[in-house]
Amino acid sequence: MSEHEYTPKSKVGKWFNDRLPLLTLANHLTDYPTPKNLNYWWTFGGILTFCLITQIVTGLVLAMHYIAHADMAFQSVEHIMRDVNYGWLIRYIHANGASMFFLAVYIHIFRSLFYGSYKSPREVIWIIGIIIYLLMMAAAFLGYVLPWGQMSFWGATVITNLFSAIPLVGEGIVTWLWGGYSVDNPTLTRFFTLHYLIPFLILGLVVLHIWALHVPGNNNPIGIDIKKPSKDTVPFHPYIVIKDGFALLMFMIVFAFFVFYTPNILGHADNYIEANPLVTPAHIVPEWYLLPFYAILRSVPDKLLGVIAMLSAILILAALPWLDTSKIRSAVFRPLYKQFYWILVADVLILGYVGAMPAEGLYLLIARIATAYYFLHFLVVLPVLGFKERTTPVPLSITEPILGGSPNLAAVKKKDSFKDQ
Amino acid sequence: MKNFLRISFLIALFFGFQFNSNAAEKVEYLKTDWSFKGPFGKFDRAALQRGYQVYQEVCSSCHSMKYLSYRNLVEEGGPEFSVEQAKAIAASFEIKDGPNADGEMFMRPGRLSDKFVMPYENEKAAQAANGGAYPPDMTVLVKARGGGVDYIYSLLQGYEDPPAGVTLDDGVYYNKYMYGNKIKMSNQLSDGLVEYSDGTNASVEQMAKDVTTFLMWTAEPHLETRHRMGFKAIVYLIILTVLVYFSMKRIWSRIETKV
Repeated sequence: MSEHEYTPKSKVGKWFNDRLPLLTLANHLTDYPTPKNLNYWWTFGGILTFCLITQIVTGLVLAMHYIAHADMAFQSVEHIMRDVNYGWLIRYIHANGASMFFLAVYIHIFRSLFYGSYKSPREVIWIIGIIIYLLMMAAAFLGYVLPWGQMSFWGATVITNLFSAIPLVGEGIVTWLWGGYSVDNPTLTRFFTLHYLIPFLILGLVVLHIWALHVPGNNNPIGIDIKKPSKDTVPFHPYIVIKDGFALLMFMIVFAFFVFYTPNILGHADNYIEANPLVTPAHIVPEWYLLPFYAILRSVPDKLLGVIAMLSAILILAALPWLDTSKIRSAVFRPLYKQFYWILVADVLILGYVGAMPAEGLYLLIARIATAYYFLHFLVVLPVLGFKERTTPVPLSITEPILGGSPNLAAVKKKDSFKDQ
Repeated sequence: MKNFLRISFLIALFFGFQFNSNAAEKVEYLKTDWSFKGPFGKFDRAALQRGYQVYQEVCSSCHSMKYLSYRNLVEEGGPEFSVEQAKAIAASFEIKDGPNADGEMFMRPGRLSDKFVMPYENEKAAQAANGGAYPPDMTVLVKARGGGVDYIYSLLQGYEDPPAGVTLDDGVYYNKYMYGNKIKMSNQLSDGLVEYSDGTNASVEQMAKDVTTFLMWTAEPHLETRHRMGFKAIVYLIILTVLVYFSMKRIWSRIETKV
């Protein structure tokens, strides 16, 4: 936070600000000292805010025309696609927007993993982020059920049935979730209600996420603590605003390409068949962004243990600040961690791939190895690496390479070559 | 800038995986040139009108088209029949309406505002008339099948004698593009089955192409608007991106850090 006191220039402004310091907040946000070496991987926070707002706005319009009833939901979606003015556009933005949201959040999370943004003093930002991610998955799953196509119905059946793995009370919980003895109208209406609620919970958590960020300030590619404000920082406005804006526009081009030219490629064809409880689709597959966890779920032969493995795969991330024992944040100065990082990226992509494949034969074997490695990375590699790894020297400040005379010039050069190669 | 290449690479990788996973169990479908493919794709008006004729004379006796209204036949971006033509089409169907003032249901000629008449009263009736198989509604059929238009186009021409060793039950037919190769719909198209008013030769291939084009339109009635708007939107975004890029360079030139 900028420590200097802010006083509005106008009388009215001062009067209002004394009663509710909104202008002080606005001043804080524009002046907010940001490390000047942030690269484009740091623009995804802004992009994610855009995604959330887009989903809320398009979702509101869709909710005006959608009918949450088992007999009418599918039809009302077709009504939106055909008869509502630009309804097809709103729906395609919303449907592809979910995929774009997850694409951005995965980049955001993996950026954090690479540069150690989750480490002290930013653990709370990280944990709030994980809660947001969990809520996003819930919202996406609930939303996918609403069109009441075959994948909606059977996806809902499979996922809710996971709760039946809980000993003793499992079956009861599933009946309670469904509001009956199978996925049916009561399930749809409650899913719609919750799908409408969750984005606003996410919005609240995003405010906390940003608030928590503004206490220590941004991490940066070299992962060092910096003085704020100083030569190492730039004010958020205009420097970061314009850079985030530029990156957002690039992102929107990709987004627009999907919406206008391949709007259904990320969805499953079966979801254009109206839900039918009597016909099970050949393969029940979740959306691409849930596939790695689906692969973990299926790689464990026991249902309960599978569910536990899947949940642990997400929750283990919350413990990450304490599992990673290295004092150095950025992977730039951690040669070994950097290797393991990319192995993890590959591992998750492999999990996503086998998650889309039938759980049999070679695919199942690969899924099991990849699942084991996933946990190995967090439970063994990270804690051990913190003690064993020989890190390269870290510069004292961001401006150091420019001012010269650095005792760690080699490391700094290396960092630069990383950035610009 | 290198970072953008990295981002693009990651995106490509992500969706590459996705395409790959969709491509499992691929059969080589018959290929044809679809006028509506590509960023500037438009429907071939005449093909849509012929396709409607094939649907009406061949498919509609079993397959419903429940999300389409007769008025849609007039709308821009579709077959674009004239209002008179569409009214005549609608009026050729009897619609059950009511109840009237006496509480009676009655039949009346169709209007533009009516939905397409269903071939069967309900799903059970449809199954009873088709040996237990329900002929799926055709409105969004091309979007509801993995192979899309290529699949439908191929399926219509994919009837063959079963290979040796494959025995078919009564009312089951062999089709090389059908999932599992067994289909309860018999071969519907034969050369010269319909008589096109525009003089086009009604070969099986031609009819399959026309009716599939028509089904693409019923599934995506706003496809042409979408393509037009998409082009404008993306050009607009690119121009804005370039402008913002140079503004950003200018603003960041005040400090020594490269952006």
